[in-house]
Amino acid sequence: MTTATATTKAPDSEPTPPSPKQGEDEGRIGLRANLRHIGALVRRNALQIKQDPESMMDALLMPIIFTLLFVFVFGGAIGPGGDRDQYTNYLMPGMMAMMGMNIAMAVGTGINEDFRKGVMDRFRSMPIARSSVLIAKVAVEICRMLIAIVVLLTVGFLVGLDIEGRWLEMLAAIGLTTIFGASLVWIFMLLGLTMRTAQAVQGVSFLILMPLQFGSSVFVPVGTMPGWLKAFTDVNPLTHVADASRGLMLGEGAIASPAMWTVIWAVGLTAVVAPIAINKFRKKT
Amino acid sequence: MTRQNTTGHGNNAVEVRGLVKHFGDTKAVDGIDLDVREGTVMGVLGPNGAGKTTLVRILSTLLLPDSGKATVAGYDVVRQPRQLRRTMGLTGQYASVDEKLAGWENLYMIGRLLDFSRDGARKRADEMLERFSLTDAAKKPVMQYSGGMRRRLDLAASLIGHPKVLYLDEPTTGLDPRTRNEVWEEVKRIVSEGNTVLLTTQYMEEAEQLATELTVIDQGKIIAEGNVPELKAKVGGRTLEIRPSDTGELNRMVGALAQAGLDGLAGATADEDKGVVTVPIISDEQLTAVVGLLGERGFAISDIATHLPSLDEVFLAITGQKATHQDDEETKLKEVAA
Repeated sequence: MTTATATTKAPDSEPTPPSPKQGEDEGRIGLRANLRHIGALVRRNALQIKQDPESMMDALLMPIIFTLLFVFVFGGAIGPGGDRDQYTNYLMPGMMAMMGMNIAMAVGTGINEDFRKGVMDRFRSMPIARSSVLIAKVAVEICRMLIAIVVLLTVGFLVGLDIEGRWLEMLAAIGLTTIFGASLVWIFMLLGLTMRTAQAVQGVSFLILMPLQFGSSVFVPVGTMPGWLKAFTDVNPLTHVADASRGLMLGEGAIASPAMWTVIWAVGLTAVVAPIAINKFRKKT
Repeated sequence: MTRQNTTGHGNNAVEVRGLVKHFGDTKAVDGIDLDVREGTVMGVLGPNGAGKTTLVRILSTLLLPDSGKATVAGYDVVRQPRQLRRTMGLTGQYASVDEKLAGWENLYMIGRLLDFSRDGARKRADEMLERFSLTDAAKKPVMQYSGGMRRRLDLAASLIGHPKVLYLDEPTTGLDPRTRNEVWEEVKRIVSEGNTVLLTTQYMEEAEQLATELTVIDQGKIIAEGNVPELKAKVGGRTLEIRPSDTGELNRMVGALAQAGLDGLAGATADEDKGVVTVPIISDEQLTAVVGLLGERGFAISDIATHLPSLDEVFLAITGQKATHQDDEETKLKEVAA
């Protein structure tokens, strides 16, 4: 290996690199530095995906499989008068919300593994805002969500989704879904920081995921459900997201009220869960 | 119990007073005082679960102490964690680099997180890979690195920001001997460049190789401290093990050494189970004298080896408890003599 020994003096052929800025004001981290740190951490997450393309499977394949399954298995039976196209139109806006949730789920296991490998100790012992590690994760998850939604809508259009030229409304629906999905990322992140193992994170995530997904208006209208279940679906944020997107993309049904509830849920969840998650991250031993 | 700055030069890079950290009923750190002078290597020696890692985690702002005070490079670990993080480097028990990223990408990322410009971070990453002989593996994901390469990358990562104080938490645990030597060479080089290092280890040999001062801790408390020669004197230091070709000659050999009238040789004992004669080593000259003497007297030797006290023996020596098997040996000797 190297020929250096304990007694040789520093082999200072190397130029002194630009020394990092010393924190004058209490070591506080400015906004620009913060953005730079988040950028470096986003790059890390993106490189991880490049190294491990399988981790994008959920975003690329799940939308295709779910769309084909639901449209062709249930479409004919559930659609009014056996009309598969009508069911496709009903289903796709809600599926966007579901995708947001499914993508968000992966963050929990990822962060749990990071902690097991010790790389988090490195980050937490560095002069960066501890929130930047988590914010970078959220940013990456939002990108994955947008990719999943693009795949989903492409498949949707191929199997007969018709939004009759409401493109701007579609963008608004994507925006709403993404805001909501980002707030879910914080929840799954908190789970990942709280549970001991990645397996436990996955198990609990599914327990949360299933009732929310199916106890909502994502797959079928809630009209035929019994009262107690309807009471649940009415407050289920997924119902609001699905209804809002449907209103926007299909031009039927209320928009203002579900959209408002979506934003309230998203902002509320983020405001409550993000600080808890960041605090947990700070204190985790 | 605090060992004050006795040599009179250099300030303390690390100052710990009355540090306590309990986890439930476990007293991981139970009132530790510690000074590390600038530019020296403090070895913290102790068995698994002695509280070494907890100490390092407190000093690197990853864990808050229950009570007590600690300053590193002049910054309080509780009140000034942000400033402190700019001036320290940490290498954990496991390689704390991102396995999925290439070596270069890991170093570049850390450079950026330390506020280097893009160009500066790039240069620094190249430079550190070169220095740690990892240039060839720069583009490979860390997952494909050997254990030694990972530790080297980890060291490189810890040094990117020119830290004033470097923590090495069991840097060679789990490495094979060859790789361990590689890491030792790197640590020696880092030390020769004037860095202050706080090293934790389970191995007496590692502490002796790398540290100038030693603190022995057990169950969260300091049980001994001093420089390496001092501690070695206390625990008996190295021993020489001589294996005669004919094990029947063990006692004749002990007798010959004892009669030679040289310093320390009277302490020679025969270990019949192992088939060796054990001699405490006082000096290197003594080693030569023993070998010369045995040659003069015509003893045939099949093996000769020096032996460092194990951590167990160090603990036994410090806590004053005698190892039971030594008692057995003594009685055996008496029986033989009788």
